[in-house]
Amino acid sequence: MSLRAVGAIALRQFYLLRGSPTRILPLFAWVAIDIVLWGFITRYLNSVGGAGFDFVPALLGAVLFWDFFTRVMQGVTTAFFEDIWSRNFLNIFASPLTTGEYLGGLVLTSVITSILGLATMLALAAGVFGLQFAALGLWLLPYLLVLFLFGIALGILAAGMVLRLGPASEWLVWPIPALLAPFAGVFYPLATLPPWMRAVSRALPPSYVFEGMRALVAGQAPDATLLLAGLGLALLQILLAAWAFRRIYRYTVRTGLLARYSAESF
Amino acid sequence: MRQAAQATVGHDTSAALQVSRLAKRYGEIQAVADVSFTVRHGEIVGLLGPNGAGKTTTIDMILGVLEPDAGQVLIEGIDVAARRKAALARTGFAAVYTALPGNLTVQENLRVFGMIYGVRMLTARIDAVVTQFELERFRHTRCGLLSSGEQMRVGMAKALLNAPGLLLFDEPTASLDPATAQTVRAHLRAVATGQRCGILWTSHNMYEVETVCDRVLFVSRGRILLEGDPRVLPRQHGVANLEELFIRIARERLSGPQGAAA
Repeated sequence: MSLRAVGAIALRQFYLLRGSPTRILPLFAWVAIDIVLWGFITRYLNSVGGAGFDFVPALLGAVLFWDFFTRVMQGVTTAFFEDIWSRNFLNIFASPLTTGEYLGGLVLTSVITSILGLATMLALAAGVFGLQFAALGLWLLPYLLVLFLFGIALGILAAGMVLRLGPASEWLVWPIPALLAPFAGVFYPLATLPPWMRAVSRALPPSYVFEGMRALVAGQAPDATLLLAGLGLALLQILLAAWAFRRIYRYTVRTGLLARYSAESF
Repeated sequence: MRQAAQATVGHDTSAALQVSRLAKRYGEIQAVADVSFTVRHGEIVGLLGPNGAGKTTTIDMILGVLEPDAGQVLIEGIDVAARRKAALARTGFAAVYTALPGNLTVQENLRVFGMIYGVRMLTARIDAVVTQFELERFRHTRCGLLSSGEQMRVGMAKALLNAPGLLLFDEPTASLDPATAQTVRAHLRAVATGQRCGILWTSHNMYEVETVCDRVLFVSRGRILLEGDPRVLPRQHGVANLEELFIRIARERLSGPQGAAA
């Protein structure tokens, strides 16, 4: 794998961001709006809910984590969509670039853009609404890592889906986080869910993160084994997503879909 | 007319491109059928044929973005199917239908693609191709703001960045004005001769083909029907010029039983 080729894909995104404020704004704007909205909601709930429960870490922390995952996933898919929007597939795939290098470039782009979003959210949540992330201690890092890995896996899978189904299927990608949120137990314990939904939750690494985070907020020790399970699951899902993308890419090369990508195809 | 002339394909390691028995079918349509030809270093070969003859399908298979049903493509002796990355690192490609991203400047596009192609001393190389295609004043202009002819020149500059052994041009001068087209043809002739680069060139401009190409391959319904020197072929087939020969082949194709893919 050529790191220079990986860097080229990320550099392209940097050039796009540098040249277009309308691309920079969404990196900060949506996460900032979410944090402000949920920050005031939690402040209100704390004022009416009595002294028994602090909604700030439970709800605002959950929003921050979920937004981080969403930004990671969209970091990958948006970078991929840039090649669709600029009809650049033939230039990209008729070059020596491998699918691994291409995906590596998308992931590197997502790392950079999602860290910018995370920094914005942390600054707002801590500075304006008093969210104490230090209370999570060293657990914070593995939690973010699991969410990051799952975001990457889902981003690669979503890119593969759009590669297979054609440019118009882009709209299917945007609601994916919202569809998963009820199963991931972002705002409530998994025990709240009916059994069939809990079965789905077990396949979603974020569910382990949010369960652990709620335990920490409640002053309990989170289950490290569950966290490791989430981590292992996320890593496995990245491998599966990369495998699926490669299979889809091979399919598009075999059928001619890649060479005629702008034509819709099922 | 149907005296098929499949170009000789041996194990010529000095060849820039060797295509052997290439075939591709889309459902009932045989887009490319048993096509074989060679492009030697320093040679410009014209791939001619009516719309839908199979020219672009052939180029897509050479570039590895379309998998052939049968056959083999060797770029400077490297099998594209087995060692795609190494083969394409020695290849340059530009087409009238694949402009570089319009939201990046000329300089940015050349840098990104130079890195993808692993070009050494990239800054100097960018300077060289920018000068070669007279793009200096557009260097910091977004490609989307350029005219189609200027964009095509940027595409050619990208194609030459890696000093390739094989160049594939799909209608490269279609959007250029006559003066620019003449300059570009002269540049590419110099590249073929000076850098010993093999060039496969599709065009519907028969004057251009006669001027530039050392050899032409007439393709129709996915097959090579004729091959030869564009300055000699018309005489051999009893027509006044290459354009008449092209029209004859195209009409024969239209009266035939089945079409072919793009």
